[in-house]
Amino acid sequence: MDETASYPPIEPSNFDLIVVGTGLPESILAAAASAAGKSVLHLDPNPSYGSHYASFPLHEFISYIQSQSSFEPSIPQPDTDSGFTRVPLTTRPLYSSVEITSYSSEPLEQSRKFNIDLSGPRVLLCADAMINLLLKSEVNQYMEFKSIDGSFFYDGEGNLENVPDSRSAIFMDRKLSFTEKTQLMGFFKLVQGHFEAAAAADGGESKSISEEELESPFVEFLSKMGLSSKLKSIILYAIAMADYDQENGDVCKSVLKTKDGIDRLALYHSSVGRFPNAPGAMIYPIYGQGELPQAFCRRAAVKGCIYVLRMPVNSLLMDKATGNYKGVRLASEQELYSHKLILASSFVFQLPRPHSSPDAQQNVYCDFGSKNTTEKLARSVCITKHSLKLDKANCLAFFPPRSLFPEQVTAIHVLQLSSNAAVCPSGMFLTYLSAICKDDVQGKKLLHAAINALFCIPVSGSSENDNSAENQSETRDAKPALLWSVLYIQELTKFQDVLDNIISASMPDASPYYHDLLGATEKIFEELYSGEVFFPKTASLEEGAVEELED
Amino acid sequence: MHGRPRKAPTTEEQEASAIKASKLRSLQSQFLQLHHNKIYTKEALDVSAKLLESNPEYYTAWNYRKLAVQHNLNLPEADNNEESIKSILDEELRLVENALKRNFKSYGAWHHRKWVLSKGHSSTDKELLLLGKFQKADARNFHAWNYRRFVTALKNIPDEKELEYTTERIYDNFSNYSAWHNRSVLLSHLLKEKAKGYSPKDNVFTEEYEFVRNALFTDPDDQSGWFYHLWLLDQTVKLETLVSSWPPHGCNLSLPMDGSFGDCSFSPFTSLQSNTRTLPLILYFSEVVENICSSTVEVECESIVSNELVWRSLSGDETASTHAWLTDLNFPEEHANSLKAYQVKVSLARSQGIFSSTGVHHGNSSHIAFTVSISPYRSEHVDLKNEEKISWNDESFCTHEAQFLESVLANLFHIERTKGDEKVVDYQWNVTTVDNEIAYYRELLATMNCKIGKLTLARLLMAHDTLMSYTGTSHRNFSHHTEILQLYDDLKKMDPAHFHYYQDEYSLVLLKQIISNQDLLLKHCCKYRDPSSPKINNFCLRLNDLSLSRIGSMEKLLWVQVLDLSNNQLQSLEGLEVMQLLTCLNVSHNKLCSFTALEPLRMLRSLKVLDISYNEIGAHSIDTRRYLCSSPLNHKSGGDWKAEEPEMPWDKVADNWEVYTIFKDLNLIQLDVIGNAVSDDKIKLLLIKLLPSLKWLDGEIADN
Repeated sequence: MDETASYPPIEPSNFDLIVVGTGLPESILAAAASAAGKSVLHLDPNPSYGSHYASFPLHEFISYIQSQSSFEPSIPQPDTDSGFTRVPLTTRPLYSSVEITSYSSEPLEQSRKFNIDLSGPRVLLCADAMINLLLKSEVNQYMEFKSIDGSFFYDGEGNLENVPDSRSAIFMDRKLSFTEKTQLMGFFKLVQGHFEAAAAADGGESKSISEEELESPFVEFLSKMGLSSKLKSIILYAIAMADYDQENGDVCKSVLKTKDGIDRLALYHSSVGRFPNAPGAMIYPIYGQGELPQAFCRRAAVKGCIYVLRMPVNSLLMDKATGNYKGVRLASEQELYSHKLILASSFVFQLPRPHSSPDAQQNVYCDFGSKNTTEKLARSVCITKHSLKLDKANCLAFFPPRSLFPEQVTAIHVLQLSSNAAVCPSGMFLTYLSAICKDDVQGKKLLHAAINALFCIPVSGSSENDNSAENQSETRDAKPALLWSVLYIQELTKFQDVLDNIISASMPDASPYYHDLLGATEKIFEELYSGEVFFPKTASLEEGAVEELED
Repeated sequence: MHGRPRKAPTTEEQEASAIKASKLRSLQSQFLQLHHNKIYTKEALDVSAKLLESNPEYYTAWNYRKLAVQHNLNLPEADNNEESIKSILDEELRLVENALKRNFKSYGAWHHRKWVLSKGHSSTDKELLLLGKFQKADARNFHAWNYRRFVTALKNIPDEKELEYTTERIYDNFSNYSAWHNRSVLLSHLLKEKAKGYSPKDNVFTEEYEFVRNALFTDPDDQSGWFYHLWLLDQTVKLETLVSSWPPHGCNLSLPMDGSFGDCSFSPFTSLQSNTRTLPLILYFSEVVENICSSTVEVECESIVSNELVWRSLSGDETASTHAWLTDLNFPEEHANSLKAYQVKVSLARSQGIFSSTGVHHGNSSHIAFTVSISPYRSEHVDLKNEEKISWNDESFCTHEAQFLESVLANLFHIERTKGDEKVVDYQWNVTTVDNEIAYYRELLATMNCKIGKLTLARLLMAHDTLMSYTGTSHRNFSHHTEILQLYDDLKKMDPAHFHYYQDEYSLVLLKQIISNQDLLLKHCCKYRDPSSPKINNFCLRLNDLSLSRIGSMEKLLWVQVLDLSNNQLQSLEGLEVMQLLTCLNVSHNKLCSFTALEPLRMLRSLKVLDISYNEIGAHSIDTRRYLCSSPLNHKSGGDWKAEEPEMPWDKVADNWEVYTIFKDLNLIQLDVIGNAVSDDKIKLLLIKLLPSLKWLDGEIADN
């Protein structure tokens, strides 16, 4: 512990709130609490912001992933020697089965030109709550965005086809039959009419979709509207972002209701064209997703939040008598006190149950933060020199369930980014993939299948052979050759642990949007400070002026 | 720009607008002062600029600006000084831009900008940028599109590039009438010039059909694409060709000199009641054409000098381009008792400059040939005045013997095809395209009920039948008339706002169905059985009681001499002008609401018997057709007005000049006007004066 000497002491030592970890939910909460006038201390053991929501250069990305995986934490037991019960705080690995494959040395040579997201693929829908929060909290002033130019779905036969997501996209689509065009646009109009009627009649009788239909599974409603299976697949997986195979009740762990399906459709449609310089529905932060937690931290700092990075928290301080949370003990051995504590989702500790005898057995301890889950999330990052689609730099793609192999029960989300989003060296492309799975084996099978469908994987030994891509048949876009890839499985806990005044923030979820994450975060704020406004509106903003997209 | 509800102004707004108005008024009077005194100084120009910037609709001020520019350009200091000329004109462009910012639908402002650019001293580079801004704000603004065509012509921007521009705008949002329209304009140019990649027409149109189909299927309720589709269909079906003639090709015509039918009555289509040696020759084209004259049409006949023939257009408003053209063939007087037969050959050569309305050359050379037999002159001339009254009662008609009729009609159907040695045109692409489109829109209608889809299907089916008739392969069993009629029936119920349009279309299809189907036509052909009245051709076409609101298919009815259109819903007789052989016409119990509706009858020189009783003539205070009718105020036909006729009761004519115009040149023997709001004694008196040959008026002997 030579380093302890280099830790400067933190002043003051009492706070309303201490936040440990600088992931996006923690950063939003720090900013929200600061904006509500609370005194906040924000700590992170890492040297950079973002925790599991960070973006890293390639080398750092690899070492972070490796450092956060493949170890079994031994959770030490509390120490009751001092005035407080000291509960040691440890981190658990969030990632497993990390598999790195390098076919070319080029990416690693340009490591610093990458900004790779730990929790990709993820984009911002122009009309979603996250954008509204960025505007409301003025966090947008610290960021710039790039438009996502297109959205594609895998047709099961080796082609990525356009997602006809708007009136003009349907018009321009060359793959839909003419009848499908009528059906799809008719359905969009039906949903639009439903919301217009709902807005006009204030939930009256004139809505075009009945209550009964709203409660029914979305897939059934789509069938009832006479949509072809291709259109159903497009709406369910590429627009409404359903994860599980909605047409197979045995494997579907979350059935999308019509009500939620049309809400997502409407959100998507109101995103198209919200900002004049973003023609599509989605945008992505320049320099990567990691910009978001950083920007919220900057906002929090402006409002008086104190930041200390490279500062591990060794243990929590609990009142000996009541067992209530009192404060934290840092690696610098300084003890700090606060009313409330927010921990990033990777932290775990064991707590003696109150009123239990001192010589208690292991089973009377309560584990905080390490819930067993039935779901995991497979993620992958691939680096190539060519785009998946010839004239698209930044685009989304979807593999609907059963499009790769019959047992594929979940949809796979894909996001390709180019150097114009400043996330990779020019001439290269970064592709993120993710899929929900029940275990590591299934997760790897899903992503391997998708990677094989998208990319040309060089035969080992001939890693520099770029030309194989050009030899592909001319009828479709040539598959880009893979230069480097990583696969990893992430834990997926959907519920926040709450204990007394200690709350665990959410870990990166499976959605390609920020919507659910923000909802959960707002709920935590509500629990912490019920009655306080989540980011009070500061000044009137000119919406058009603040959305700066570089072109 | 559209669909914004108007809000009632608040009191403050009203006050503000009153203040604005008074300011504007004072500015205006100040301006008029300067205008009248022809003051064009800088200060004076500033006043007009201020005025126009707040009210771009003030045309007088734009005109003043033009005078000022002319004046200032002629000043010695501006003379030949590029710099100062440019600054004068740039000031105008700046003013227009400001005025357009206030109202970019101001005709005066756009016109002024064109005027300034036409001076040729200003750079046109900025114009497309400016247009880009306006077209972004309102992509359909037709002023901007109009101006765009002007600028692109000025800058010589190729049509291909502009076509790409329309494609982009349509990709942005295909609900853009202006963009689709410009596309049709540009394509017409490119096709006419046979530009590279735009010939043959077939390939271009096949692509266009597919392009617009994407829009129509994506949003069938959006009408802009359907208009473009209609244009495409029009281009596909439009073929400049001679469709029929009278006398028809290959017929044997007899022209009795005594006004009787003699022994020719067995062939009612080819014998003509006449007591002159004059025979009308009518050519009917599929499209409106112009420049039919002795140099474009050659008539070969031993006694006729082709060059001396005078061709007249047969149209109600006597414009120089029309479907039907007429000339009179005069045969020389024969003294011999023998029958004399003349061979007549009429040739249209393709190179001789017959133009369609769109300026396209008449495509096909064609010829028709027929024989005219002139029977010997008989001395006993029948006096027309002794004729019996014609009765239109059902009892007066009986059906012909079926066998007789069939032979007659077979003859008619046979000679109808005026193929001659006309170059055979390959209609394969046209037919395939229309069939293809029919299949697509049937598919669309199977998934949704869409009125414009139905209308388009009806038009497509009609186009199909028309094309089949051109190819000569039409057969009544393959025609779609019944389906088309059903579609229009549906439309009348679905879209009552356009009931009358659908009813008109329904009538045209119904007529086509009857006329193109031999069995149906037979049912409508009757024999006038009063033997005491030999003076009319006893072969009558009865199209009564069919709810017709419009008449059509005239090209197939050139032979008709006796026509019964009673008990229909006709509001106009438009089209009848081409029936040059018509002698008896019954249009009683229709909805004719003014004498002007009878305008086409002016051209029917053979008409002897007319029944216009029980219509609504005079029942409506406003005659919407009046402006179409020739009148003493209409200088085009002002020559008809012969005020020097001494016998005319001019006071009555002044009130009823349309009666005078229509009836003065007719030679009616029998006329029925009873049952109309105007049929009072005053009108009757006028009619008797106008029609000296009249024998029967409203069933009574006309007392001249």
